[in-house]
Amino acid sequence: MSGPPILATRGLVKRFGGVAAVDGVDLVVNAGEIRCLIGPNGAGKSTLFKCLTHQHQPTSGHVLFEGRDLQGLATHRIARLGIAIKNQIPSIYANLDVRENIRLAGLRRGLEKRQLDRVVELTLDEIGFNERLASQPAATLSHAHRQWCELGMLLASSPRIALLDEPTAGMTREEMLKTVDIIKRLNASATVIVVEHDLEFIARLAQRVTVLHRGKVLVEDTMDKIEANEIVRDIYLGRKKEATHAER
Amino acid sequence: MMRQVKHALFPVALVLFAALGPFVLEPYDLVNLSAFSAMAIAALGLAFVWGTLGILNLGHSVFFGLGAYAYAIAVSNLGDSTLAVLIGIAMPVAFSLVLGYFLFFSRLGDVYLGVITLCVTLIFYSFMTSTADPSFHIGPVPLGGFNGITAVPSLNMPGDPQAFLSTEATFSICLLSLAGAYILLSFLRSSDAGRIMTAIRESELRSELLGYDIRFYKLVGFAVSAAIAGLGGALYTAVMGYVSPNVFDLPQASQFVLWVIAGGLGAFVGPVVASFGFQLLSSQLGANQVFNTELIFGATIILFVMLVPQGLQPMLLGLSSLKFPNRFGILRRKEKPA
Repeated sequence: MSGPPILATRGLVKRFGGVAAVDGVDLVVNAGEIRCLIGPNGAGKSTLFKCLTHQHQPTSGHVLFEGRDLQGLATHRIARLGIAIKNQIPSIYANLDVRENIRLAGLRRGLEKRQLDRVVELTLDEIGFNERLASQPAATLSHAHRQWCELGMLLASSPRIALLDEPTAGMTREEMLKTVDIIKRLNASATVIVVEHDLEFIARLAQRVTVLHRGKVLVEDTMDKIEANEIVRDIYLGRKKEATHAER
Repeated sequence: MMRQVKHALFPVALVLFAALGPFVLEPYDLVNLSAFSAMAIAALGLAFVWGTLGILNLGHSVFFGLGAYAYAIAVSNLGDSTLAVLIGIAMPVAFSLVLGYFLFFSRLGDVYLGVITLCVTLIFYSFMTSTADPSFHIGPVPLGGFNGITAVPSLNMPGDPQAFLSTEATFSICLLSLAGAYILLSFLRSSDAGRIMTAIRESELRSELLGYDIRFYKLVGFAVSAAIAGLGGALYTAVMGYVSPNVFDLPQASQFVLWVIAGGLGAFVGPVVASFGFQLLSSQLGANQVFNTELIFGATIILFVMLVPQGLQPMLLGLSSLKFPNRFGILRRKEKPA
């Protein structure tokens, strides 16, 4: 692949008062990748995602989408470029039925009505919703189905990049496996960046894993190497080796 | 198909009433009902902007009042009422765009927005009451302070200022305008833009993340509601023949809110029915002088909020859907998302 990576950050910083939740992150993600972001609580994963979509304005640094600086763009403009996000807290239209949820996501693409209807039905199929589920208000869905509904909205919006913040949180193993399938479908046309804790999930999906710690990129490697990495083990297990990597 | 028939029922009833009313009703009732319709049109504007787009506009009366004053000033200056009605629509729209720009692009929260719009209408009220001095005039028309503008010409044949319309014709026009406003807003609500507006009401964050510019949609919806309210205000002034600062005052502002709550937030038919009902009640109570009107209204609204919090129309539809399950997503009220 030539040309700039699909997404890159340069020295991205987000401060809340005196706390730097994201503290100089340089991240490069190539088109077509499934990238996993891991890190203990408070590592800055969700904040980083919100900075990428300008739900938070970065304090400093740059976000580059295919080499284009996103600085100053409103959240909806970033979405229009093709950067879709599922926040950690599910965000769906609770009082509208699932089909309308999906339709609203596809509507923005400016398709013809018949094409849009096809996209909606195809998406419902991809997330495995039957007619009964599709015509139910989203508020009445189970937890896992809400997550899938939101993933369906991302699918229908046909993004270039999908940012997924903990898509399998609170799911059973079977539900997690189904989510893996949905994300693979998403990856067929989009680059996927996903924050997760579930190791099996990561092993099934990610080619490369980036570890965040205290707002910084700690390491970036394949899952095998990450699992073997002593420092990563330490921070996840909370061993007192702060002194050793505080100097890094 | 069934649903389309059901949607057509209400405007058809209005049109029939517009056609038949003049044959069966006394002129006094026709004038009253014309004024009620004008008010109901304005209430529809609020029903749309609040029920569909989720903007709680406590100062909806500012658009109604601006339409009323704009009509009074324009028709007194120009003579012809057709253009004056259009000016009565355009003025509040222009004002709503300016006000809306500041409200929506500064991303105010719901409550602040309601308080600010309420303040705006009260500012207009106190300004208009202080225009008694003859130096406040537009063309030959004095603004008149507390008394407002009197002897405002009623509607005339388009292009012929001398040919005033009869009470019957004015009645028909008011009811047809109400039907027109209802049809227009119903179409808008079921259009793609309307569905996006509903989506914005449900979740601003999700809509933004899907790529919709919520400020733009809110501004458009706000302007539409202002246009509808302006039409109501213009017709009201044309029917009554005068306009006073009371169109901006607190009772007026709260009436629109009351009608929408009583009729059902998210519904259109309900608020129209409620506005007729309450105006009828008010004119009856005003006539017999036994009860304090405000006391009755206050009690009624408390009863509504406690007993029928979702409003009349959703309640009735809810009763009927026990037998015929139907899904009106739009009529369901907000639940807190988990």
